[in-house]
Amino acid sequence: MKLIFEKSSKKRKGIHLPRLDVPERKVDIPKIFLRKRINLPEVSEVDVVRHYTALSRTNYGVDNGFYPLGSCTMKYNPKVNEDVARLAGFTFSHPYQPEEISQGCLELMFNLERYLCEVTGMDAYTLQPAAGAQGELTGLMIIKAFFKQKKEKRTKIIVPDSSHGTNPASASMCAFEVLTIKSNKQGRIDLCTLSEIMSEDVAGIMLTNPNTLGIFEKDILEIAKIVHNKGGLVYCDGANMNALLGISKPGDMGFDIIHLNLHKTFSTPHGGGGPGSGPVGIKKPLEPFLPTPRIIKRDETYCLSYDYPLSIGRVKSFYGNFGVMVKAYAYIRALGADGLKQVAEVAVLNANYLLKKLKPYFDLPYDQPYKHEFVLSGSRQAKKGVRTMDIAKRLLDYGFHAPTIYFPLIIDEAIMIEPTETESKETLDAFANAMRKIAEESEKEPKVLKNSPHNTPVSRLDMVKASREPVLRWKK
Amino acid sequence: MYPENLRYTKEHEWVKIEDDIATVGITFYAQEKLGDVVFVELPNVGKVVKKAESVAVLESVKAVSDVYSPVSGEVIEVNESLTEKPELINQKPYSCGWIVKLKIMNPKELEYLMTSQDYIAYLEKE
Amino acid sequence: MKFVPHSAREVQEMLKFIGLKTLDDLFTDIDDKLILKEPLDLPAPMSELELTKHMLTLSEKNGETLHNSCFLGAGAYNHFIPSVVNHIISRAEFYTSYTPYQPEVSQGILQALFEYQTMIAELTGMEVANSSVYDGATALAEAAIMASNITGKKEISISSAVHPEYREVVRTYCNARDLMLKEVYFRNGVTDLEDLEEIVSERSAAVLIQNPNFFGCIEDMHKIERICHEKENLLIVSIVEPTSLGILKPPGEFGADIVTGEGQSFGNPLNYGGPHLGFMGTKYKYVRYLPGRLVGMTADTKGRRGFVLTLQAREQHIRRERASSNICTNHALNALATAIYLSLLGKTGLKELANLCYQKAHYAYDTIKEIAGFKPIFTSSFYNEFVLKCPVSPEKLNKHLLKHKIIGGFNLERHYPKLKNAMIFCVTENNSKTEIDRLVEVLGKMG
Repeated sequence: MKLIFEKSSKKRKGIHLPRLDVPERKVDIPKIFLRKRINLPEVSEVDVVRHYTALSRTNYGVDNGFYPLGSCTMKYNPKVNEDVARLAGFTFSHPYQPEEISQGCLELMFNLERYLCEVTGMDAYTLQPAAGAQGELTGLMIIKAFFKQKKEKRTKIIVPDSSHGTNPASASMCAFEVLTIKSNKQGRIDLCTLSEIMSEDVAGIMLTNPNTLGIFEKDILEIAKIVHNKGGLVYCDGANMNALLGISKPGDMGFDIIHLNLHKTFSTPHGGGGPGSGPVGIKKPLEPFLPTPRIIKRDETYCLSYDYPLSIGRVKSFYGNFGVMVKAYAYIRALGADGLKQVAEVAVLNANYLLKKLKPYFDLPYDQPYKHEFVLSGSRQAKKGVRTMDIAKRLLDYGFHAPTIYFPLIIDEAIMIEPTETESKETLDAFANAMRKIAEESEKEPKVLKNSPHNTPVSRLDMVKASREPVLRWKK
Repeated sequence: MYPENLRYTKEHEWVKIEDDIATVGITFYAQEKLGDVVFVELPNVGKVVKKAESVAVLESVKAVSDVYSPVSGEVIEVNESLTEKPELINQKPYSCGWIVKLKIMNPKELEYLMTSQDYIAYLEKE
Repeated sequence: MKFVPHSAREVQEMLKFIGLKTLDDLFTDIDDKLILKEPLDLPAPMSELELTKHMLTLSEKNGETLHNSCFLGAGAYNHFIPSVVNHIISRAEFYTSYTPYQPEVSQGILQALFEYQTMIAELTGMEVANSSVYDGATALAEAAIMASNITGKKEISISSAVHPEYREVVRTYCNARDLMLKEVYFRNGVTDLEDLEEIVSERSAAVLIQNPNFFGCIEDMHKIERICHEKENLLIVSIVEPTSLGILKPPGEFGADIVTGEGQSFGNPLNYGGPHLGFMGTKYKYVRYLPGRLVGMTADTKGRRGFVLTLQAREQHIRRERASSNICTNHALNALATAIYLSLLGKTGLKELANLCYQKAHYAYDTIKEIAGFKPIFTSSFYNEFVLKCPVSPEKLNKHLLKHKIIGGFNLERHYPKLKNAMIFCVTENNSKTEIDRLVEVLGKMG
């Protein structure tokens, strides 16, 4: 498909701006600072609409079909959330407008913080981080500040080998040394190994629970004890909160600090890669370090407060991704306690149902109870020369988005599947059927898999060429 | 696949010893596991590395891998053609795909390197 | 209201298939101590009808820029967004999709982001741009870290004429990495060049400036570049009001090494501060240090042009603790909005828009400064924001303006205590002459 620049035609205009209604005066900026050329396309409104509409039709979203990406929680994005987030009172509010005309926004944020506290068993939240990864960074900065305040020099963070890449990357950004702990044969943290590496030099451990294999760390209370006994903190990567809503609270498990992904658990759309929102919750001892401003209530009025001398400062301008928060808030208000619990129950039910259907055809490296997601291995198919990459591409032909592949790193030819609670039994059956067919194809006609996808707008794309000879922009 | 005149390490590097010069690259197994190499981060000439320290970084589409120096030494030459053609590492890992040349500082370290037979046996266990 | 499609019967069927009796049986591996015995203490659920009414009530507790005239900028700008933008980004194929890790079914968003990257590179005069980060402040912070990674140096210089919140964010990120941040004074509303010469040294990695700066003033890019590069520092420019690029020469043409900025003005609503849009561009030789996702062009097996996420080996999912940044998501949907907006504006539109903003701001400046008690503090040239000293405290002034349904400018005192009673006014194409005249009239009634 042509690029928008290739559809450009001289002197075409997409919008007509209002005429200048003030007296025009000479521009008094020195000529050396003035621009000579602007290279943007020249297209009409119809051109723009047709162009981007055509592009959208080559894109696959949750509204098109099943999107079983493990670790991403691709659940249905309620349309009412989109509508309420577009109310003028929200979208047309300037972040610096007087607080007296921002009470709606501040009340929403204040209450969202309370709800998230209740759901996760934490004492306070910041809504400032723009994404899960930024939430992790914020969390680690808080941990660093906490120990600095105590005058304890702790330079290390423990991270499981199954962790999401953002965990060690965030730790590095805070100049922590990363100690990787190997998962045991049950796919969980080994308590003996943990006891060995936990020391007074370790600031804490970053855990996902259920972990990235989809397995609940049932020794979590012990794990927290081992870390706390040596004065360390326990961080929860809340990406898998979908399995715990209304069932159990991370705050009860010994976690001191958690980040959530509103664009995963709380149904806000992924937007093709963003924006998201990564609120961070803490237990009381860490409260002084939260980013500012905080949202407080004075009598019946909500306001912003900067009066926190030990705060780590700001991680982002303004207050966070408010437009995303509105959708998460609406979701929680719509579902209530029972609705949220049902989310976790059905998410876990769907995953276990699908797992049982797929077990005959694919290897399951860890035979453990699973929660809302599970990781298969394409190793059986690999023996026939068919890689997980090929399986993923072939699924596209069957009209499904592929699951997450090659993550977590501890499983060979990993296929990580998270159906979420908004998928019906029919969809799961259809997906299982497609996977069964693909398993058969890998035995009988591997070539079909190796050359897939066949039914998509473009066939398999050359990733090597893209990396070796990067072309990152269009040029005339 | 694993020339007998070379020596090998557990991290899948090969070494060619000529007097006090060691030429280093990665083995056939390593390049296959890494996938198509798209970028090579070469060290500066003159850099001194200890045995098992990272001396170069290889990037493929899906992974990043360190090349660990099999011996302690000073980098005296790097394979500049890898900048233009990183694929040489995949195509000719033992000849044109060489990565660095080091001046050996501690000849005793050579004793710890594996022969071609040892390396093949080691791969079988992996 | 629920989005779970299963009927009670289906749930039972599925439990039976797995070999379980009740939904509780799915959680028996969790220690009973940890299983909640009471439902969560949350407000009762709402039907869609009730929810809609509730959200409307909540939203109406706000005043906003639709029903009030807005003369407030300071990092978030009240520009008009053409209706096409919203219609396209509301297409579910775009907004309900995920990061394009399976490019064959994501060509839509990938091509749009490639187009966005091209537009940002063009407008900023840089060779390559990424597909967005969270906002202008984090973009600047990431650029500072990038400069430290490139040069190996641990000191960063930043002008105090950079947005105060941006400086705070840069400081937070630098503190985490034990990088030292040094501030450069401003004089007459722009970066003090003498102070800059003193602060910049061979120990520092980069100089961070904003153009137009927080006061709305236009920095002397030419002189700053010379000082910077003489001492082998990287020049990093932040553009917080990018419609200024319709009139100002891009930083790339002055030799900037990294350009960052805030893309909210390009088709993204105010949204009480987010989600907005961070953009980053740099020279080709630094592309491997650039954080965030990059979209590249390639071909499929049939030789057809296609787009993929590329150079992923820079990123956290591959490099893990060796990644130069931990960033994972971008602001794809906001970047898409920007690409659509810039396509609509086009070559002539952006130039015209910038002129409208410039002219209206100067008309406002010329008329307001004639009111008794309002005095200019700086003489440096400006784009669409300017600082004036007011006859009373800005807080009092803004209360008065609000009564007349006008949102006044930004009170400088909290961040610049020496600038007493000073306020930044902002004017955009959204402010008609009538509105500006009314502002002048209401201000005249003050004091």
